[in-house]
Amino acid sequence: MKIAILINEGPYQHQATDTAFLFCRAALAKGHEIRRVFFYHDGVNNSSSLTEPPQDDRNIVQRWSKLAEEHKLDLVVCVAAALRRGIKDENLAPGFRISGLGQLVEAGIEADRLVTFGD
Amino acid sequence: MLHIVNKSPLERNALDACLRVAQGGALLLTEDAVYAATRGNAAAEKITAAMAGMKVYVLGPDLDARGMTDRLLDGVTTVDYGGFVDLVTEYPTNQSWL
Amino acid sequence: MSEGTIKKFMFVNRKAPYGTIYALESPEVVLISAAFDQDVSLVFMDDGVFQLKKGQQTKGIENKNFSPTYRALDGYDIEKLYVEQESLDARGLTEDDLLVDVTVMTREEMGKLMETMDVVLSF
Repeated sequence: MKIAILINEGPYQHQATDTAFLFCRAALAKGHEIRRVFFYHDGVNNSSSLTEPPQDDRNIVQRWSKLAEEHKLDLVVCVAAALRRGIKDENLAPGFRISGLGQLVEAGIEADRLVTFGD
Repeated sequence: MLHIVNKSPLERNALDACLRVAQGGALLLTEDAVYAATRGNAAAEKITAAMAGMKVYVLGPDLDARGMTDRLLDGVTTVDYGGFVDLVTEYPTNQSWL
Repeated sequence: MSEGTIKKFMFVNRKAPYGTIYALESPEVVLISAAFDQDVSLVFMDDGVFQLKKGQQTKGIENKNFSPTYRALDGYDIEKLYVEQESLDARGLTEDDLLVDVTVMTREEMGKLMETMDVVLSF
């Protein structure tokens, strides 16, 4: 089944992105397709390459990049929300791309399910 | 449809809002919402009442993380992330009560 | 691609304006959905009904007053605005306090409407 994901919160502050990540990994393990992961509101902060968590903590940004590389995931960051929060191509982590909200709507149309993770 | 709640019922009204509107289907409690399905919680009665009309699930890893696994209410089914995925695919629509 | 597919999208707004950014950023995706010719329904319940309160004056907090956006929805063919009755009652509001025409529904009606949707997004 094709599943689209919407993430509305940033890393570390809320568990939402952790839950979304573990959901995606489980869905991929079951053979489902993650049609797109869309980052909106503070969710855009999941894409900052400037993130440097302590050594003993999970690296949320790198974890998304790695999952995207392994499974050819489409990680899309909302452009308006990103610019508001200082996320630009210069500090975008690997595997992410910045685009418009149309990508979220399109994912909602094309996927069989859309699951929202937020606060 | 599948209703997903992720907030403690003692902090937010997401669970109340969900239960007020939901017309059957399933309820999945994740993150801080898992406290709602534990014995002695002030919201436990609401969960018990909800079970008359809908199936109630709790995300096990969130229950474990919070040290509440041994207090889970009878009748609530524990799922892992794979089970979460199965619920999403089983129900045609889902709503996260943010 | 997705051309020709029309899905029923419901946007559920449960948060008050200004205290957080959700009420400001979320209408943008509603407008985009309409641009994709989707069947769009907008729901306001719980504190989300405050987004529609008449008379918002945001000069003092130096924030953009985005409530006029709701009056513009008509121009995008977004006419399905639903408000839950109990949410209004609990906040001392009536339909007359709202800046746009809405359909007021009971909680059962709201729940049943939700069941008919293809995609439900919550902000």
